[in-house]
Amino acid sequence: MNNILQLVWLIPVMPLLGFLINGLGRKQLTKSLSGIIGSGVILISFVLSLLVFLQIGSNHNATVHLFDFIKLNAFTIAFDFKIDQLSTLFLLIITGVGFLIHVYSTAYMHDEDGKDFAKYFAYLNLFVFSMLLLVMGGNYVIMFIGWEGVGLCSYLLIGYWFRNADYTDAAKKAFIMNRIGDLGFLLALFWLIAVVGTVQYDELFTAGNLAKLSAFDVTGITLLLFVGATGKSAQIPLFTWLPDAMAGPTPVSALIHAATMVTAGIYMIARSNTLFSMAHQTQVVITIVGLATAILAASIAIKQNDIKKVLAYSTVSQLGFMFLALGTGNYVAAVFHVLTHAFFKALMFLGSGSVIHAMGGEQDIRKMGGLHKHMKITSITFLIGCIAIAGIPGFSGFFSKDEILAGAFAHNPYIYSIALFAALLTAFYMFRLYIITFTGSFRGTHDQQHHLHESPKAMTIPLIVLAVLSIIGGYIGVPESLGGSHQIGMYLAGVIKAEPHHLAHNTEYMLMGLSTGLVLLSILFAWMRFKNYKIESDSKGLGKVLENKWYVDELYQMAILKPLKSTSAFLNKIIENRIIDGAVNGVGKLVNYSSRQLRWIQSGQVGAYVLLMVIGMLLLFFIQLFL
Amino acid sequence: MGNYITFPDLLIWLPLLAAIFSFISKDEKGAKNSAIVFSLLILGVSVATLFFTNDTQYLSYNYVNYIWLKYMGANYYVGLDGTGRLLTLLTAIGFPLILVSTSNSKFENPSRFYGLMMLTQAGLMGVFMAMDALTFYFFWELALIPVYFLCSIWGGEKRIQATFKFFVYTFAGSLLMLIGIIYVYLHTQGRVFADGTTSLHSFALSAFYTVQLSASEQNWLFILFFIAFAIKMPIFPFHTWQPEAYNQSPTSVTMVLSGIMVKMGLFGAMRWLIPVFPEASAHFKQLIVILSVIGIVYASCIAMMQDNIKKLVAYSSIAHIGLMSAAIFSMNQISVQGAMMQMFNHGINIIGMWVVIDIIERRTGAKKISELSGLAHSAPVLTILFIVIALANIALPLTNAFTGEFLMFSGLYNFSHWMAAVAGIGIILSAVYTLNMIQKVFYGSVNSLTTDVKDVSWNEKLVLIIIVGIIFFVGIYPQPLIELTKEAVNNLVVRVQ
Repeated sequence: MNNILQLVWLIPVMPLLGFLINGLGRKQLTKSLSGIIGSGVILISFVLSLLVFLQIGSNHNATVHLFDFIKLNAFTIAFDFKIDQLSTLFLLIITGVGFLIHVYSTAYMHDEDGKDFAKYFAYLNLFVFSMLLLVMGGNYVIMFIGWEGVGLCSYLLIGYWFRNADYTDAAKKAFIMNRIGDLGFLLALFWLIAVVGTVQYDELFTAGNLAKLSAFDVTGITLLLFVGATGKSAQIPLFTWLPDAMAGPTPVSALIHAATMVTAGIYMIARSNTLFSMAHQTQVVITIVGLATAILAASIAIKQNDIKKVLAYSTVSQLGFMFLALGTGNYVAAVFHVLTHAFFKALMFLGSGSVIHAMGGEQDIRKMGGLHKHMKITSITFLIGCIAIAGIPGFSGFFSKDEILAGAFAHNPYIYSIALFAALLTAFYMFRLYIITFTGSFRGTHDQQHHLHESPKAMTIPLIVLAVLSIIGGYIGVPESLGGSHQIGMYLAGVIKAEPHHLAHNTEYMLMGLSTGLVLLSILFAWMRFKNYKIESDSKGLGKVLENKWYVDELYQMAILKPLKSTSAFLNKIIENRIIDGAVNGVGKLVNYSSRQLRWIQSGQVGAYVLLMVIGMLLLFFIQLFL
Repeated sequence: MGNYITFPDLLIWLPLLAAIFSFISKDEKGAKNSAIVFSLLILGVSVATLFFTNDTQYLSYNYVNYIWLKYMGANYYVGLDGTGRLLTLLTAIGFPLILVSTSNSKFENPSRFYGLMMLTQAGLMGVFMAMDALTFYFFWELALIPVYFLCSIWGGEKRIQATFKFFVYTFAGSLLMLIGIIYVYLHTQGRVFADGTTSLHSFALSAFYTVQLSASEQNWLFILFFIAFAIKMPIFPFHTWQPEAYNQSPTSVTMVLSGIMVKMGLFGAMRWLIPVFPEASAHFKQLIVILSVIGIVYASCIAMMQDNIKKLVAYSSIAHIGLMSAAIFSMNQISVQGAMMQMFNHGINIIGMWVVIDIIERRTGAKKISELSGLAHSAPVLTILFIVIALANIALPLTNAFTGEFLMFSGLYNFSHWMAAVAGIGIILSAVYTLNMIQKVFYGSVNSLTTDVKDVSWNEKLVLIIIVGIIFFVGIYPQPLIELTKEAVNNLVVRVQ
């Protein structure tokens, strides 16, 4: 039992090793060697994670102590790993999907020269290392170390092609928006330390320590943690970095900006479910933000023409669904959706990469069309992804999304109906994307048409694996109403005290039927609308607003960046240089000036000195007599 | 009193000896080499002090106490406690790094230059070890005066103006402190000497710690001392000498100033201000924390507006110092511990920043961020090393500054929730100006200034790799630094409670 747990530290250390080898040896290593090392270390971590998974089963858990990170009289922060069902599930997602994406990258990034190729794998390995720290950490500080680490790697990988100023702008934006969220996270930790004196999960989530927290504390801490989550998981108001992050290489988008990093916020809240379940106001906030993000992002996705942007907004929207689940206390559904989403969204991103690869770097779907003929594997796997995310029964997305919707219905039918509307939008924009890209006739240049080809095996095999997972991944969570036993819920029961939603089976059938029917209608509508797609003229009215992403970036520019800049300029020009420094220099000038005046007294003429003496004596005399 | 040579002796006399060797050497090579060799020797001694800490006897190898001016009760009294060890270690690490990294720079009159540098080191060592107020004041000025000459002789175009301001400003502060020292001295108990004689009053630290003063006296004296330290740190609004001084000084002097010398102010507050005037400290702490926190946000905003790289780093340093000052005056165990660690880590990181900036300036001749672009193409190794140091400077986890900042913020939060939240804006803004600079200087395409830039030379690489090594070692395993200073922190916190 203990053998494998003594080796869990190897799970994050392997990718760290890969980072060091690829990073330091980037000039010496050949491309194939870099690729093998980069992917190999993740494979080893995956195998180890599988062993851990088998070892701990559904009723064990362990805390592995490495060393004391910070030890003061007031508190101790240990470098610990928490190995339980929740972290193990994330380990499998990260290393499993991560491995597939590494393999895919060896082909996708093949045009880079050797040094850059090694650098790419070094960054990717470093990302996996940080992400593993995030989910394995036995306390919030270790989670935070991974949390900022993944932010850094995201920054480095978005700005991977650093010659382009737009890309480095996007990278910067991602990092800074994440830091805003991180501040919330940090303040939550300080609050916890101040009140409870520990951030260690094992100690914190005990009745004794939780009792130290007042209702106000719980609300404040959970809200601040949620601020952190909105940054990392791209929720309102900190979501605008994620679409820009598509500047990075496509496999990066698949791994970091779809399957793993952006789900860190969900992991954090699921990890803290005991705390969040105590904070009803926070739950309301999370529900509203999640729902609003789901619908806002979905509405924007309808009008985007960049294949990756559509997927990016779709990710934001799906993350909104997950937060909706968290807000309604449906933690298991959120984690379930993280899992299925990791499969189908990674699949679609990698599929879009395959398309971009074939199109010679073109990302605008208006210039595509009819690609199905040329790249059947990509097309079919992409279609599977679309079906899965739309929530057609039998595919993975159906089960997880259905669970979220059912939970929302049990909570409040109005929330349910808005969420259902977002789900219909999802089906619509996904099939719009599929239909415009893969069906109809080709609208690109002659050259592009000539070059269209299916991608190499290193790319198609991960697509096929992910497609299979996108179909079967949902069967670990078949609800009881459909004769399943909801294994994922049972599996996580030790970590998450699931609050079962009380719906009669008949109600559940009705909800499933309703959503399935409407989704099919939505797909049909997309088919009617886009089967004979022609490049549209500029849209007007609402369409234009959607195309411009509700002008949120412009709003932030106006409301935050400009005032910040002009305030700083004012501080710099007026306060710093004129007033503060002016005062300091003024004192100097005053001394200078008065000295210069006093200098005239020392004229060197005896007559003047005598005069001064006389005046002085008279003054003394005067003072003596009259004062 | 020990007849053997003690650590404090070595740490003060070795730099003085080095200064003499440098002064009398005929050529540049001799002056430079004796400075470098001695600074390495001093580093060795300083590292050794870390292993001889179990100082149970009152006077042993860690303390020197000679009668100096007997009738005045002033002793030459220096010693090493945890804080002293930490800061002498920083000084001892800093100097060889500074000397080696700038060894390519040419100076007129090199023997004087290196002589004055080593003299500064002697002064700094004395400040961090002084256990007697007059000794402290002596070394305080000893550290300042060589720096004045270094800046005004070897500085940039506007050096006279900048140095004059720097000197007058800090010297005015010093004089206020001297007045304060004398006033406190006149209220102390006398010193008893081995031969039974006593002095009327005493300059000993212990005498200062036990001095009886009324509340209003404490308040006035506190202000006198505080202004001296606040100028030295510097914190808002006493900071305006600093950007120009950093900009005009020769880089090696800027490194000494920003890496080590600003710690004199923070150290002074911890040793000579808060424990001597505990009630006045409690009275003023709110105000000082507010000033410090304003300084963090204010300096960060101004740093964002800078186009001159050196000034950007100067303002970012003011922000970081502001956080340390806020943490010290929060006066709880967590915050002071954080500030203690951060004094060391900030020193290491900012020296690393200057090393890179000096390399860029020497290679391209550019001082402005807007003139530079695409250095990542021509100097990839420099770029990677700089990014690591810059990220450490903004306290990314697993780099050295993280633990310190985490503890400082945590302690500041205990002091005041809102102060911590406002100071936290500095975390965001620091990312803004740092990433802006990285983007403009290193990313993008090369221009005429940056196409032929040579990557780091062996000595620069060595220095930067050592700095990066320290960054990661302390970042991953900070506990030794905590152990070193834990007791000193406790002693301070106990005094004010």
